[in-house]
Amino acid sequence: MNADNPLAVSPATLELYVPEPAARPGDTPDFSHLHIPPAGIVPRPATDAPESSLRELPYQLIRVLDGQGKAVGPWNPKLSAERLRHGLRTMLRTRAFDERMVRLQRTGKTSFYIKSTGEEAIGVAQAFALNRDDMCFTSYRQQGLLFARDWPMVDLICQIFNNRKDRLKGRQLPVLYSAREAGYYSLSGNVGSRFPHAVGWAMASAYKRDSRIASAWIGDGTSAEGDFHYALTFASVYHAPVILNVVNNQWAISTPQAIAGGNEATFASRALGFGLPGLRVDGNDFLAVYAATEWAAERARRNLGATLIELYTYRAAAHSTSDDPSKYRPEGEANAWPLGDPVERLKQHLLGLGEWTEERHTALLAECEEEVRAAVKEAESHGTLHSGDDDLESLFEDVFETMPQHLRDQLDELRSIG
Amino acid sequence: MSSMNMVQALNSAMDVMLTRDPNVLVFGEDVGYFGGVFRCTAGLQAKHGRQRVFDAPIAEGGIVATAVGMGAYGLRPVVEIQFADYILPAFDQLVSEASRLRYRSAGEFWAPITVRSPCGGGIHGGQTHSQSPESIFTHISGLKTVMPSTPYDAKGLLIAAIEDNDPVIFLEPKRLYNGPFDGHHDRPLQPWASHPAGEVPDDYYRIELGKASIVRPGKACTVLTYGTMVHVCLSAVEESGIDAEVIDLRSLFPIDVETITASVARTGRCVIAHEASRTSGFGAELGQLVQEHCFHSLESPIRRVTGWDTPYPHALEWKYFPGPKRVMHALKSVMEN
Repeated sequence: MNADNPLAVSPATLELYVPEPAARPGDTPDFSHLHIPPAGIVPRPATDAPESSLRELPYQLIRVLDGQGKAVGPWNPKLSAERLRHGLRTMLRTRAFDERMVRLQRTGKTSFYIKSTGEEAIGVAQAFALNRDDMCFTSYRQQGLLFARDWPMVDLICQIFNNRKDRLKGRQLPVLYSAREAGYYSLSGNVGSRFPHAVGWAMASAYKRDSRIASAWIGDGTSAEGDFHYALTFASVYHAPVILNVVNNQWAISTPQAIAGGNEATFASRALGFGLPGLRVDGNDFLAVYAATEWAAERARRNLGATLIELYTYRAAAHSTSDDPSKYRPEGEANAWPLGDPVERLKQHLLGLGEWTEERHTALLAECEEEVRAAVKEAESHGTLHSGDDDLESLFEDVFETMPQHLRDQLDELRSIG
Repeated sequence: MSSMNMVQALNSAMDVMLTRDPNVLVFGEDVGYFGGVFRCTAGLQAKHGRQRVFDAPIAEGGIVATAVGMGAYGLRPVVEIQFADYILPAFDQLVSEASRLRYRSAGEFWAPITVRSPCGGGIHGGQTHSQSPESIFTHISGLKTVMPSTPYDAKGLLIAAIEDNDPVIFLEPKRLYNGPFDGHHDRPLQPWASHPAGEVPDDYYRIELGKASIVRPGKACTVLTYGTMVHVCLSAVEESGIDAEVIDLRSLFPIDVETITASVARTGRCVIAHEASRTSGFGAELGQLVQEHCFHSLESPIRRVTGWDTPYPHALEWKYFPGPKRVMHALKSVMEN
């Protein structure tokens, strides 16, 4: 106590705080601490609403599909039954593809794979809400976008197999695709470093008075990187026509979203300090994801700048085929996720509308599996990993636009010595 | 032709390219209205507009990242990193993205960006305004690294860098901005106006990347150098009376192996001089290239003259800087054998 200062108090003993998730292996999955508001209650502002009127949104949760699968509230995008069925089909194609690729990895036909199970609504619904020529700077878990844009499965499997028809010449780890014609930017194993590229691309589009916008995806964990901060700063300063998405799937490999600061404030609320609209969306709700993306895309296309969208979801699969989630999270956590499964929820919605039947669903599942099976068969005819079709020159190509002399020399060295 | 210092020559290069190519943009910290802390972009915003020449947030990683995104779109951005000492926050973007984009996408995307940055010491800048980081870029496959030593070269090389479809790190020895500083810091600086390479064409011209320049022909030994050290070496050669051939590399990668090896094969002796610190510096690469290609011509061990393996000091700047005395010492040493 400081006798001279009656306001002085003894300081509390300091204690370092390290956040932990609610449940670990051996525990019962526990999401009781989450606040999940009912569907349909969040107002939908006009797309030209000033940011100052949008500041509640980052702490709300935009949901359209209610517990019975009915579409409710102002964010209902009122998609046609045809479009909804297309969405369901695309999510199922994505899921069937993922399942099959993991089986192929287990048999040694490829080295690595990353599934998007439980997150299919994100890649698919967002692709539906964007124009096909909008440029997408994804992370490695939005493969649904490629299926939504009807990119050939065979091409992707050839990349996964690193075979003769791999357009990326065997240089990339499986799933680190690049598909310029599909508006799908080159992926890298370094997380986050392409997030600000989307902002630069969008600035270029605005500079050229183009009408195309950019969209970028980053995980909850990677949002802690400086690249995230760069992207939001530049997007805000230059009113870049870009949608910046944080896929909050709760886990960054074994690290809970709390370690990226998710318990202190929502990821959508990161937008507030940049003067950007921030939408927080039920990521397992196809209609809500579509509606939020459509809102942000329209705003960007009207030259009103960027939007940050937090897609609130759960990574139902392992991080990758090299990961074992039973070591760090409780069994059954995906099934306990209070926002359910995106495929089941859209299916339920279509059934409720009388636009779908269990028979059609069963038939569609078989159709998707058959499509993947046929694509695998075709891709395998071009070889699988290590099937021994080494094109040595391809090792040295594309480092530069034209191969410099020292790389020609190194190619000769490799050819002559091995 | 006009008499230009290096700042004016760089400004002229960007002006020419902004005029010729609507896809060229220039941005960086303080480069817009103000025209850059070294004035390299002075007047460019007023002439070409705010959408083409503008200020960026203090975020080097963000500057390079957005430039890469613009490059992927089809623009040709030229960004300034205010001091080469500040380039490290952008290092991941340069190494993991700019230099790798073409390779990993098998040519679907590429980053035709130019990253300009003033480097080198001799301006009382202390350790954070004096470094020469060229060797951390020459080590990266997919990057080109250039360092001019005269206004004439600066303009022609910068135009070639901007037109290049690969990422180019363009390092500007800031001690040379106003004149060919020869290391005699206690003497008045000769202005570029009285130097032949201060005469610069006003219009477009290119100097191809990867071509060294023999700035002083000689028979006794070969001096391999670049940047500020070109002028320091020239001065040391004159003072020593040794008939050395001085080669200004200009471009560190791509590197002109033919010019280097032809010279050493003739002279049989070699001194390598750079301002950057010694261990794993670019001089190590040069020494190895000479050894590989000219081993049987060498009459004496190759000597390096470099900054010390310490941070760049403030008060003892001229003890760190590899001035003419240290170059002369090396010249004499290679001639003794």
